[in-house]
Amino acid sequence: MDNLELTKFANIHAAIDDPDTAHLVIGLNKIVSSRTVDGLEVDAQETPDGVKLKIIVAEGTVIAKPVHMCFGLLQEAGIQEIEMDMVIRAGAKINVIAHCVFPNAVDVRHVMDAKISVGPHANYTYLERHIHSDEGGITVVPKARIELAEGARFKTDFELLQGRVGVIDIDYETTCGPDSVMEMTSKIRGRGDDLIKIRETGHLIGERSRGVLTSRVAVKDNARAEVYNKLTATAAYARGHVDCKEIIQGNASANAVPIVEVSHPKAHITHEAALGSVDTKQLETLMSRGLNEDEASDLIVSGLLS
Amino acid sequence: MSMLEIKNLILSANGKRILDGLSLDLHEGYVHAIVGPNGAGKSTLASAVMGLSGYRDITGEMIFEGQNLHDLSVDERARKGITLAWQEPARFEGLTVRKFIRAAAGDMTDQAVADVLEKVGLSPLMHMPRAVDKTLSGGERKKIELASILAMKPRLVMLDEPDSGIDIESLRRIKQAITVLKADGSTVLLITHSLEVLGWAEHAFLMCCGRILDKGDPENISRYFKDRCIPCDHKNLPQMNGDMGNG
Repeated sequence: MDNLELTKFANIHAAIDDPDTAHLVIGLNKIVSSRTVDGLEVDAQETPDGVKLKIIVAEGTVIAKPVHMCFGLLQEAGIQEIEMDMVIRAGAKINVIAHCVFPNAVDVRHVMDAKISVGPHANYTYLERHIHSDEGGITVVPKARIELAEGARFKTDFELLQGRVGVIDIDYETTCGPDSVMEMTSKIRGRGDDLIKIRETGHLIGERSRGVLTSRVAVKDNARAEVYNKLTATAAYARGHVDCKEIIQGNASANAVPIVEVSHPKAHITHEAALGSVDTKQLETLMSRGLNEDEASDLIVSGLLS
Repeated sequence: MSMLEIKNLILSANGKRILDGLSLDLHEGYVHAIVGPNGAGKSTLASAVMGLSGYRDITGEMIFEGQNLHDLSVDERARKGITLAWQEPARFEGLTVRKFIRAAAGDMTDQAVADVLEKVGLSPLMHMPRAVDKTLSGGERKKIELASILAMKPRLVMLDEPDSGIDIESLRRIKQAITVLKADGSTVLLITHSLEVLGWAEHAFLMCCGRILDKGDPENISRYFKDRCIPCDHKNLPQMNGDMGNG
């Protein structure tokens, strides 16, 4: 199969064909297709098991259309390692949608190691969308270290659109300068013997920095979820919130370890965590409209993860 | 014709009888109301008819259109045409109003969803894509719940305190929606301690201490409730044995 097939699974033909939309398609360790736009510099080098990327968004550049990155492989087995160094200079703005496509995975390992620097008053949005096989034969290890300068904004979302998780081990850590804003969200549904590990950390070190860590996980069958959210605040008027909800069905299990640390008297962090079965009142409301218990549970979970 | 027949219903919780041999009949096509003070057991009765968890350990009979409801689950009762609007509707993170309303009626076009939202006075454009979550006011959630019930076209709908936590305009819309439900052939049971809501009914029951004390014309029930029940310091004590105190 042609590696451009990846883009069909990701359903991004329109973006690939649009001359005003930047994209980068990487199949295993091959650069299959790429396009840049003004102010966006991409240097991609193939490595034995993946690619090494250096991405720079020039100062003051506002990239109007989302940049599509498509990583993945169509083979049943393989390793893909992406090393990314991303710099978004002062006042720049970029919205990246990363499509991670492994539709036939039986024994696949996908590793992302990213270092991201978001300059003063720059804005970076990163949406990661995964498509996996129904076998769950994949291990996904995304790791990112993000530095936000004064007034920078960073928002990330993780979604699994199709297939089974397999094993996922997310490790994101963001350090927030003065007046910066960080939102990190993960929404994942596990089944079978999936294993979901989410480790999200935020350090609010700048005055008036703000951060929210949100996790929404639903597990059933024998799936397991482990969520470690840590938010620290060491500066005046730093504000943060950690919010974790996990729904457990069948023999699945989940834990949540929210850690909040505040070492400045004018900082404030809150956290909430809810783990357990589907809420009875929600369930019975939908059942009182005629849905059976499974239908009602599915609707509640799909809403939570939407 | 009697649609729902309840005979000698008893439900206890923590050693206290919440429903104490309650009996009533609901007639098809009518707007009924049950009025009574806080703690009388009104919401418990609605929960027991719906078969909610925590309200299933009952004795007595609930016969709906000739069938005993006792062994039916909540969704089985709903598929028979029974539904309930909660006093405080549930919130659903991420679940859109569109999907919530569609859930009540199976396949439903956007236009049909819009129609029921308009009937309760909500803008389809604004509300259909929103989530049924904490960003909505209590009044909006009540109206959305009522819209989902309009979509369902139930045989019997129980509305628990339809006036609680909402403004005058919303109350007017809810009253209109009840008129629509009746016109569509639904039988309505209003659970209330509001004399205004009681005034919407065609037939009323007065409830205290888990029993029906009186029934009949809503005006008479309203007068009795206003003159005798509201000033009464009667408590819903267990095992009252027919002693209704000052009330």
